[in-house]
Amino acid sequence: MANNGELVDERFIIKDGDFVVLQRGDVYKAVQIQKKRKVIFEKQWFFLDNAVGELYGSTFEVASGGSLQPRKSKHPEIPAEVKESGMDNRNIVDDGRSQKLTRDDIETLKEQGLKGQEIVQQLVENSTTFRDKTEFAQEKYIKKKKKKYENIITILKPSTRILALMYHGREPGKICHLRYDTLAQMLTLGNIHAGSKVIVFETCAGLVLGAVMERMGGYGSVIQMYPGGGPTRAATDSFGFPEHFHRTLHEFPLCKVKALLAGTLSPDEEGKDSVDGPAAEHLDTTAGQLASSANEQRKERDAEDSSPEGMESSSVEPEDRDKEERERRKENKAQEKKVKMEEKRKKLSAAAALLQGRNADGLVVASRFHPCPVLLTLLRFVAPSRPFVVYCQYREPLIECYSKLREQGGVINLRLSETWLRHYQVLPNRTHPVLLMSGGGGYILSGTTIDDSASASGPQKAEEPAPKRIKLQETVA
Amino acid sequence: MSFVEYSELIQEGDVAIIFLGHDSMFPLMVQSGAQTQTRYGVIRHSTDLIGRRYGSKVTCSKGGWVYVLHPTPELWTLNLPHRTQILYATDIANITMMLELKPGSVVCESGTGSGSLSHAMLRTIAPTGHLYTVEFHQQRAEKATEEFREHKVDHLVTVLNQDVCKDGFGVTGVADAVFLDIPSPWEAVGHAKSAMKRQGGRLCSFSPCIEQVQRTCAALAEHGFGEICTLEVLLRLYDVRAVSLPLPDFGPDDPSRTDPGVPDRAGPSVPTNTAVTCRTAIAPREMAGHTGYLTFASKSLV
Repeated sequence: MANNGELVDERFIIKDGDFVVLQRGDVYKAVQIQKKRKVIFEKQWFFLDNAVGELYGSTFEVASGGSLQPRKSKHPEIPAEVKESGMDNRNIVDDGRSQKLTRDDIETLKEQGLKGQEIVQQLVENSTTFRDKTEFAQEKYIKKKKKKYENIITILKPSTRILALMYHGREPGKICHLRYDTLAQMLTLGNIHAGSKVIVFETCAGLVLGAVMERMGGYGSVIQMYPGGGPTRAATDSFGFPEHFHRTLHEFPLCKVKALLAGTLSPDEEGKDSVDGPAAEHLDTTAGQLASSANEQRKERDAEDSSPEGMESSSVEPEDRDKEERERRKENKAQEKKVKMEEKRKKLSAAAALLQGRNADGLVVASRFHPCPVLLTLLRFVAPSRPFVVYCQYREPLIECYSKLREQGGVINLRLSETWLRHYQVLPNRTHPVLLMSGGGGYILSGTTIDDSASASGPQKAEEPAPKRIKLQETVA
Repeated sequence: MSFVEYSELIQEGDVAIIFLGHDSMFPLMVQSGAQTQTRYGVIRHSTDLIGRRYGSKVTCSKGGWVYVLHPTPELWTLNLPHRTQILYATDIANITMMLELKPGSVVCESGTGSGSLSHAMLRTIAPTGHLYTVEFHQQRAEKATEEFREHKVDHLVTVLNQDVCKDGFGVTGVADAVFLDIPSPWEAVGHAKSAMKRQGGRLCSFSPCIEQVQRTCAALAEHGFGEICTLEVLLRLYDVRAVSLPLPDFGPDDPSRTDPGVPDRAGPSVPTNTAVTCRTAIAPREMAGHTGYLTFASKSLV
């Protein structure tokens, strides 16, 4: 729907099938727009149908019946004419009896269809202590009631910022308690940008992968290493990336890394790894598997064929018809499986080819696995003079990593850090840090790779403090 | 080489970062025939640099060695010539994510200053985005233009030498994001709003003083911005070291023990252990306690 008849960039318009994020106050939820599908959010059920065609960032209210009502262009908060207010709270007694409306009264008002703002108005009028409160206290009271009774839902376009905030607030356990500012540090320290080749290993539901992909913009390539059966990408889907982004995304199983490094990865090795996980270690060639299963299929078919053939003369029993159906479905399935296996094989080869050159432009790790072996192994795929970043919820494993890397060499500028984050309330005469603060957001170990292969003697005296050079070095021609 | 694209080999005209050791680096411009002095000796560009792989170890004339690194905006931030106080990676990282910058983003920035944030943003919005950066100081504007050209990113940026509070960003209705790091950001909010796309965008204002933040937040609310949020972020660095803690001597054990079965609880029974070593992360004596407050907001649809 175009505004005032002008053409609006379609990226800004909500469409059926889009992945969006619903917001109410501080609460976010990622959903996909599917017409006639009910969603639940903040104790309310509604349909998203009316959102289609509106601009991202639009606000809605839930009407009875579960439909979304777009709100008219934001009516500016009418500053309530200051009627009465007190100077301080010395005479205000908090006996819990100052609000005359009962919970039932409020329910009745809701049922009568009163809007949130109107309910808040009612609460203010029925509070015996309201006019004794200071202006600031009145504002705070109204804000609090609005938060509870107003039902404004905003529909946002997903982004790393919003999804990282959402996951950290809603399901931090799923993302190893990675706080959003820590994720921001990783993306910057890792120099994630369009056109590079980045290796990602994460167990953060795909949030870190999505963040990396967003910063690559569909250019370059991302290889996701995964433990076990397959990569988790629930959060990645929520980003709603366009189709062509997925062409830059590859995956490679950790259990084949040793083979790849040793050069013994055979193209027939894939196939078993997806379902069996650790069982994939044994070298069952899929070619052999396919051959044997195809033979089995053929034998079965021959066996079955002979019977209906023999019975063709007589009327075909419904039983036989079912049998034929089942046969056909089996064949189709086998065919599909074959095609899928071939696709998987191709994908594995493609990912292996990207890794084999050992010239990746960066490595990002954020997982529940011990970072040491992950880092030491995957760094071997990274080119020299490239950054790497490892996140860990705890400090000690990173201390170990740091020491091991120092011993092993091949990296410089090792840095163990964490960020401290604080939000502020900014209001006239009421500005101060917010009362509750995040206790911790995890730790990051970062560094740069170098080419240590042509190393001569031992370490040189690197301890002498060097004068800080702030000018571009003068060069003598 | 460019600041927005990696390359493997060092070439003439590149800006490379020379790493000498723990926290000691400097940038240089690779020129055929040139020489650079370091405390480990001379680096001869033609033989030691050109054609070699980034990340290589280069032995200098006195026998010591250095590493040559591919430039990144983060390394540049640590090594650039300061013309003003700059933003460091910690703030830059948050700004980048909170402004939702990505390839293709169009950004307006003022003031350009020493170009620290500018380089980081160019890296993020390349290859299809654009940065309009406004600097009211003529020499700084010129120096920035020169550097963008040397770093091969000039096609992604337009430098304007004007006062953003009076004349705005020089463009309207194109920006996905606006960044302000000026003394009186509340005076530029109106211009920021008109520079942004009509359908919305993100804004960030960086101010060292809380009074500036208050005035800016008020101006943002007046102009109809939503999701106004102010925060600060600080970097805590740790030094990883092995520390040795001596064990106290409580005197010799009592030889006439009544219960030989009970293990000695006073500590290791071998008296030769006088210290325990632990590997730990130590906080430095001092840390940066404040850089500035970051205020973010979203342009609403009205």
